[in-house]
Amino acid sequence: MSIETRRVLALHGGLVALLIGLHFVLPAYHHGNLARIMVLASYAIGYNILFGYTGLLSLGHALFFAAGMYGMALTIQHAGFTPAPGLLSGIVAGALISGALALLALRTTGVAFMIVTLMFAQAGYLTILYFGEYTRGDEGFVIQTAQRVLWGIDLSDPANRYFAALSLFAICLGLSLWLVRAPFGRVLVAIRENEERVRMLGYDIYAHKLGAMVISGTMAAASGAVYGLLFGYAGASFASVQYSIFPLLWVLLGGAGTVLGPFIGTLFMFYLIDLSSGITSAYMLIAGVTLVALTLFAPQGLAGEVRRRIWKGLP
Amino acid sequence: MSGALLSTRGLSKRFDGLQAVTEVDFDLARGEVRALIGPNGAGKTTLVGMICGRVAPSAGTILFDGEDITGLPAHRRIRRGMAYTFQITSVFAGLSVHENVALAARRRLTGAVRVDAAVSEALARVGLSDRSEEEAGNLSYGHQRLLEIAMGLVQAPRLLILDEPTQGLSDGEIEGFKALIREVREQAAILLIEHNMHVVMELADRVTVLNFGTVLAEGTPAQIHENRAVQAAYLGTG
Ligand SMILES: Nc1ncnc2c1ncn2[C@@H]1O[C@H](COP(=O)(O)OP(=O)(O)OP(=O)(O)O)[C@@H](O)[C@H]1O
Ligand SMILES: [Mg+2]
Repeated sequence: MSIETRRVLALHGGLVALLIGLHFVLPAYHHGNLARIMVLASYAIGYNILFGYTGLLSLGHALFFAAGMYGMALTIQHAGFTPAPGLLSGIVAGALISGALALLALRTTGVAFMIVTLMFAQAGYLTILYFGEYTRGDEGFVIQTAQRVLWGIDLSDPANRYFAALSLFAICLGLSLWLVRAPFGRVLVAIRENEERVRMLGYDIYAHKLGAMVISGTMAAASGAVYGLLFGYAGASFASVQYSIFPLLWVLLGGAGTVLGPFIGTLFMFYLIDLSSGITSAYMLIAGVTLVALTLFAPQGLAGEVRRRIWKGLP
Repeated sequence: MSGALLSTRGLSKRFDGLQAVTEVDFDLARGEVRALIGPNGAGKTTLVGMICGRVAPSAGTILFDGEDITGLPAHRRIRRGMAYTFQITSVFAGLSVHENVALAARRRLTGAVRVDAAVSEALARVGLSDRSEEEAGNLSYGHQRLLEIAMGLVQAPRLLILDEPTQGLSDGEIEGFKALIREVREQAAILLIEHNMHVVMELADRVTVLNFGTVLAEGTPAQIHENRAVQAAYLGTG
């Protein structure tokens, strides 16, 4: 194992160890926040694979997040599934929908790709509203505590919830780290840098982008399914445009194309809004100004700056 | 298999209104080093672009190793053993020199050890070994050209297409390039677009002259040098 690899493992493993440790010391409020942040960061990690590493800007990832959430929640609510098969159906739904959307959207590039993904996500949102009889539309529905017991573990319990969120996060983080260091991930980065050159090295661009989109969408769906299960609720707002924009912001803030960036960005933005809303009702203004300042002074995002200034090999 | 490694028949390209390449019949033998010359805008880059799949032909067919590849996408032609280096250098500027070559190598090799060995060898052949960890975008123009060549070599192609590889190289680097081509020709046929006539005369087995999109002449370097039509069109000494 090279020194570089050891440093990379120490850093990312260290974060997971730190998160385990925080469980024992954090006050309840922050403990609950962090559980939420870890699930949302997993969503951002998925988004980052397509946006940060492959260079494809999707404005429709809420479709995949919601596919996971509803794939889980509807089967539990209406088909009597237990959490494990519920989670699985959410993940499968996300994989299928991201694959189907990829087949259509990857015929386009650039702005057209953004618009196509946006339109399909909007269609997904409207579909959820249309089937309000089952989905209860905007209002959403609660998944009862009794329906949230996974292998005998009650996921509504804060400690269990924290470790379930941490498990998802650790899996997504590990997968993302492995992927971007694997040959497949290296090709994705190369596509982002210079697509035509990659084609002329004999790689099938379409197949690689398709793979990236399915991995990205499936991770988003897993996060959506876990989110619904841990917090006991599924609602159409998670399929709205806002939830497509969030991961983009988190990833940009934290550092697109870095493995830790999505977590840092999600954490930062969550507490930025949380703290500023404690100070003033114009908290969105504070958040907005901070975001503008960050994009001016750290255009590569927080982890991106670390890579630029301190550690060039940061994955 | 006998016969030419590469053949084109009636290959033509029209860019709306402009006939860039017209009915080119071209044959390249195995192991041959062929120079493709012609004035600026003659259609050289367009012709090799059609051969390797970057440019869709308006008419004509392309055979590679006896098989019709006219309808194949570029990446599948590359997989069959073509390698292409860009006239305007097109390296991955933000990635290291090593990673640039490794990307080219990984398509046919698996395992970090084998890939690293192939990368080191290719970089050594073009004389960039000591630059391996540098960011490719920071290399001088000439070194980026050499990097392009290393990316071609590491693919172990059967046909190596080089579009003006010596542009921007120093005299010393050109000498190195000539020596390199003499080595590489043992393993691959080479199609070389080249403006530097000394390089053409020294390296090529045969020369094809393109003018206004058509083949004006074809022959040994000596024959081409003597050809009056070529002198008129290209060498400007007619
Ligand atoms: N994509 C394109 N669209 C329109 N016209 C093009 C395109 N590519 C090339 N051409 C035109 O086709 C003609 C042949 O161009 P090409 O690049 O093949 O010439 P070349 O022989 O490689 O020239 P040079 O020696 O300058 O590289 C030129 O007139 C060029 O302007
Ligand atoms: Mg040219």
